[in-house]
Amino acid sequence: MTLLEVRGSPPPRQWRKQPFIVNPWVRWGLYLGALVYLVLAIGSLEFNWARIIAGMDRGAAFIAGFLKPDFTSRWQDIYEGFLESLTMTVVATVIGVLLSIPVALGAARNLAPLPVYLVCRGIIAVSRAFQEIIIAIVFVAMFGFGPLAGVATLAFSSIGFLAKLLAEDIEDIDRQQVEAIQATGASWLQILNYAIQPQVAARFIGLSLYRLDINFRESAVIGIVGAGGIGATLNTAIARYEYDSAAAVLLCIIAVVLLVEYSSGFLRRRLL
Amino acid sequence: MPVTVTGGQRCWQRRDRAAQLRIWLVWLVGTALFMAAWSFISAQTIWMFVWDSPAQAYDLASRMVNPRWDYFERILWPLWDTINIATLGTLLGVIIAIPIAFLAAHNTTPSRALIRPLALLIIVSSRSINSLIWALLLVLIMGPGILAGIIAIALRSIGFIGKLLYEAIEEVSNEPVEAIEATGASRMQVLSYGIWPQVLPTVAGISVYRWDINIREATVLGLVGAGGIGIQLQASINNLAWNQVTVIFLAILATVFVSEWISARVRHALI
Repeated sequence: MTLLEVRGSPPPRQWRKQPFIVNPWVRWGLYLGALVYLVLAIGSLEFNWARIIAGMDRGAAFIAGFLKPDFTSRWQDIYEGFLESLTMTVVATVIGVLLSIPVALGAARNLAPLPVYLVCRGIIAVSRAFQEIIIAIVFVAMFGFGPLAGVATLAFSSIGFLAKLLAEDIEDIDRQQVEAIQATGASWLQILNYAIQPQVAARFIGLSLYRLDINFRESAVIGIVGAGGIGATLNTAIARYEYDSAAAVLLCIIAVVLLVEYSSGFLRRRLL
Repeated sequence: MPVTVTGGQRCWQRRDRAAQLRIWLVWLVGTALFMAAWSFISAQTIWMFVWDSPAQAYDLASRMVNPRWDYFERILWPLWDTINIATLGTLLGVIIAIPIAFLAAHNTTPSRALIRPLALLIIVSSRSINSLIWALLLVLIMGPGILAGIIAIALRSIGFIGKLLYEAIEEVSNEPVEAIEATGASRMQVLSYGIWPQVLPTVAGISVYRWDINIREATVLGLVGAGGIGIQLQASINNLAWNQVTVIFLAILATVFVSEWISARVRHALI
C-alpha cells in the first residue's frame, strides 16, 4: 500500500505561473482597456484596398530594384549627396558640442543660479521636444534650401541632447575635488578647468561621438524637407520612380550608418 | 612621470612630449577636417538668403504669434490618427521583434551559423533606416494613408526593440534556465518558464519607451503622406498659414509631453 492510496488525502494542487501584473483588478482592467482601445482604433482606420492592391506591382518593382541596385547611372548624385551629408554631420556636431557646453554649465543646478538654470533648461526642453524634421522645416523657411539649414537643424537638436546629458553628469560630480580646488583660492573658471572638466570630459567625448553617429542618421532624413544631404538624393530618385537607384542609395545609407556606428563605438571604447 | 630640468630646477609636467604631440596632432587634424567641411557647406550655400534670414525669422514669428485657435477642432481627428499610428505600429513591431530577438540571441538561437546572422541582418537594416524613409517607400507602394504609417513605424521599431531585447536575452541569469532544464523540460518549455519571465519586464519597458519615440516620429510621417497630423502640417506650410502651424506645433508639443510622462511613469513602475 502506497501513500497515494490513502483515502481522504487532499486533491493534488496545480501550480500556475505567476501573472506579470499581480493585482487582478489592474490586470483585467488593463486588458479590457486595451481591447476597447484596439476595437476603436482599428475601427477608425480607413483602408483603400483597391489602391493597396494596385500598388503591389510597384512593390514588386521596388523589390526587384533592391535585388539589382543601380549604383552607376546616378553615381555622381549619390556621391555628392553623401559628401554633403558627411560634411553636414561633422560641422553640425562640432557646432553643437561647442554650444552645448555653456548651456550644460547653465543647466547644472550645482553651478548656476536659478534664473540661468531655468533659461538653460528651457532651451534643452524646446530642443528635445521637437523632431529634427520639424526644426528643419523652420530652418529651411529661414535659410532657404540647402545644407546650411541642415547644419542648423542638426546643431540645434545636438544642443538639447548633449547639454541635458552633460548637465546631469556635472550635477553628479564628486564635491570633494571642487572643495579642494576652492581651498586653493581658485577662481570660478579655474574650478571649472581643474575640478569639473577632468571629471566629466571622458564621458562627454563619448557622448559627442555618439551624437555624431545620430547626426549622420538624421542627415539622411532631413533632406526630404529640403535641408540637403543624401535624403534629397533619395527623395529625387523615388520621385523619378528610379527604384534601382533608390535601392542603391538605401544600401549605401545602411553601409555608411553601420560604418559610422562601429567606428564611433570603437573610438568610445578606446577612449573610456 | 615627465619631469624636465630647466636651470637646475626640476619642473613637473602633466604629459611627456610624445603624448603632448599626439594630442596636438588630433586637434590639428580635427580642426582641418572641420574647416574643410565648413568650406564645402559654405560653397553650397546661397549667402544672400542667409543674410536675409533675420528678416525672414521676424516675418515667420510675426505670422506665428496670434495662433488660429478654432483650427484646433480640425486637428483633433488627425491627432487621434497619429496616436493610433504610433500605438498600432509599436504593437506590430513588438509582435514581430520578439521572435526575431530570440533568433538573434546567441543563447536561444536555433542555429548560430545560419539563422543568427540573418536575424541580426534584419535588425541592422531596420535600425539603419529612419521611419520617415520607410514611410516614403511605403506610400509609394501602398498609396497614402494610415496603413503606410503604421507599417513604417513597425518596420523601424523591429530593429530598435529587437536589438535591446536580444541583448537582454543574452544577459539572463542561467540558474533558472538550468533548473528548468533539470526537470526534463523541452526547449520551448525552457524558453517559456526559464527565459521569458526574466525578460518580460524588459519587453514591457522597451515597448513603452519605443512607443514614446514613435509618437514623436508619427507626428511627421504625414509630410510624406503616411497619415496623421503631419498631413495638416504640410498643408498649412504649403498655404503659408503659419498661424495654423503654431496650433499644430502646440498640439504636438502637448502630445509629446503627455506620452513622455506616461512612458516615464510606466518604466518607473516596472523597475
